[in-house]
Amino acid sequence: MNLIHVVLLCAAAVGALLYAVDRRRPLLAGRYARLIVLVFLAAGFLAPFAWITCAAFKDRRVLLEYAFLPPLSAWREMINLGNFRKLFEPRTSLQGTIVFWQYILNSLFLSSAATVIQVFFCSLGGYALAKFRFQGRRNLMLFMAGSLMLPSMLFLAPTYDMLVHIGWIDSYAALLVPSAANAFGMFLFRQAMLSVPNSLIEAARVDGASEFHIYSRIVMPLVQPMTAAFCLIVFMGQWNAFLGPQIYLQSDYKLTVPVILSQYVSQFQEEYGMFLAGTFLSIVPIAVLFLALQKEFISELTTGANKG
Amino acid sequence: MNPAENERVGRRRRSPTPRWTPYLFVAPYIAVTLAFFAYPFAHAIELAFYQTAGPNARVWVGLGNFRYILSDPDFRTALYNTVVFSVFGTAVMLPSSLGLALVLNSGRGRMKAWFRLFFFSPSVVGQIFVGIIFAVVLAPDYGLLNRFLQALVGWGLETRWLENSATVMPAIIITNLWLYAGFNMVYFLAALQNVDQNLVEAARIDGAGCWRVFRHVTLPAIKPVAIFVLLISTIGSFQLFELPYALMRSTTSPYGPNNSALFIVGYLYDAAYSIGDLGLASAVGWVLALIMLTVSLIQLKLTGAAND
Repeated sequence: MNLIHVVLLCAAAVGALLYAVDRRRPLLAGRYARLIVLVFLAAGFLAPFAWITCAAFKDRRVLLEYAFLPPLSAWREMINLGNFRKLFEPRTSLQGTIVFWQYILNSLFLSSAATVIQVFFCSLGGYALAKFRFQGRRNLMLFMAGSLMLPSMLFLAPTYDMLVHIGWIDSYAALLVPSAANAFGMFLFRQAMLSVPNSLIEAARVDGASEFHIYSRIVMPLVQPMTAAFCLIVFMGQWNAFLGPQIYLQSDYKLTVPVILSQYVSQFQEEYGMFLAGTFLSIVPIAVLFLALQKEFISELTTGANKG
Repeated sequence: MNPAENERVGRRRRSPTPRWTPYLFVAPYIAVTLAFFAYPFAHAIELAFYQTAGPNARVWVGLGNFRYILSDPDFRTALYNTVVFSVFGTAVMLPSSLGLALVLNSGRGRMKAWFRLFFFSPSVVGQIFVGIIFAVVLAPDYGLLNRFLQALVGWGLETRWLENSATVMPAIIITNLWLYAGFNMVYFLAALQNVDQNLVEAARIDGAGCWRVFRHVTLPAIKPVAIFVLLISTIGSFQLFELPYALMRSTTSPYGPNNSALFIVGYLYDAAYSIGDLGLASAVGWVLALIMLTVSLIQLKLTGAAND
C-alpha cells in the first residue's frame, strides 16, 4: 500500500459514491469518471516535464535518489544551481575556450534566421499560388506535392556531397538556404491566403498599389494566425534539428544545442545533472513560444487535414 | 490563345499587373528547388552506382551497392526493426490518439483547452532532447517509469529497458507514443468537431448504444482523417532516427544490444558518415524511398482512400 494505491482507491471510491447517490442520473458519475481519467492521463504526459525540471535543480549527489524532489527539510543542501554551474563552465576545444552560452546563441541565431527567411519566401510563393492565375501554376503545385512525398533521407548523401564540393560545409548557409523556400510552407500560406477576398486586392490595384505592397500591407496582415503558426513550426524545427547541424557543422564553436548535448551524453556519462540541466534549458524557449502561440498553432495545424 | 486576343482581354479586364509578378514571387522556390532538390535527386541516382570513400574518391560498382544491401544481415535487421516499429508503433498510436480525442471531445470549454495543451505539449520537444530525458526516465533502479511500475504493481524496478534486446523496442514505442500521441490527437479532435450531431442524435433515438454510434456514425465520419494520421505515422516511423540515436547514446551499444535499435535511417547514417560511403547511403535512400512509396500505396488502396 503506497501513495499511488491510496490515490487510485480514493478516486474510485468517490466515483462509486457519486454513482450510488445519483443512480437515476448517471451523468454526474460519468463526468467525474471522465475527469479522473483525464487527470491521470495528463499526469502521465506531464510527469517527464516535471521530472526534468526537478532533476535540473537537484544536487548531483542526490539526483537519482528521489523520484521528483527531496523533502522540504533537505532543500537547503540538495536544491541548487550546481548543475547549471557545471554546464556553463568554460571548456577547451580545438577553437579555444567555449562556454555553453555560445551554443545557445548559435541555436537562437539559426532558428530566428530560418524563421525570418522561410516566413518571407514561403508566404511570397504561397501568395502567388493563391491569388494569381499563371501558366504552369498547376504543374508547379503538382510538382510541389510530389516533392513532399520523397523521404528527406534520400537527399542526405547527395546533398552532403554537393555541399562539400561548393564549400558550404561548416557554414550556416548549408542549414539556411536549402529550406529557404519550401513546398510545405508555401502550401500552408496558400491555404490561408485563399480566404483573402479578391475584391480587396483588386481595389488596392485600382488605387495603384504595387504588387509587393499589396502582399506585404494587405495580404500578410490578414493571415497573421498562419504566420504565427508557421513561425513556431520553423523556429521549433530548427531549434530541435539534429541531423543537419550534426553533419554540416564541424567547428566546435558553431555547433547547436542538440548536437553538443548529444555529445555531452556520451562524453560525461556520469554527469547526469549537467546534461539534464542543459536539456531543461533547451526546452524552455520552445515551451515559452509554444505557450504563447499554441492556439494559432493547433488550429492552423488541423485546418489543412480537415479539408484534405 | 493568340497574342492579339490576349492583348484585347488584357486591356479590357486585367488590371495593370505585370505578368511576371507571380513568377517573381515563386522564383526563390524554383531556384532553391533546382539547386537543392533537383540536382541532389539526379545526383542520388548517379551516386547509387558508385562506391565512395568520403566525398572525394569513388569507383563505379554498378548494382553492387544494392546487391550488398540486400545480402547484408545488418540491413535485414534494420529493415525488420523498422517494420516492427512501424506496425506496432502505429497500432498503438492510432487507438491511443483517437482515445485521447474521444475522452477529451466530450469535455467542455476551458478545461478541454487545458488538457489538449497538456497532451500536445510533448510533441514540441525535439527527439534528441526526448531521447536524453527518456534514457534516464527508463533507467533501472531509479528511473521514473520503473519507480512508477514498482509502486503500482510491485515489480519492474530493475527492468533494464535499453540493455535488453527484447525491451528496447517497447521502450522506443512507449517514448514515441508519449511524444506524438497528443500531436495525432489534435487531428482526431478536429475531425470529431465535424461529426454530424444530428446523425448522432438520430442514432441515439433509434436506440443505438455508445459503441454502435461510434462504429456506425463517428468512425465513418472521421475515416479520412484516420487515414491521414495512419499515413503520416507510417511515413514518420520509416524515417525514425534521432529518437533511438539519443536514447542509446548513454548505453554501451549505440544501436542497441544485438542491433535491436538499428533502423533503416540509422543504417543509412552509418553508411554515409561512419563508413564514408555516400554511394551506399544513396542506394539505401532509394530502397527506403521505394519501400515507403509501396507501403503508402498499399495503405491507400486497402483503406479505399484512393476512391474518395
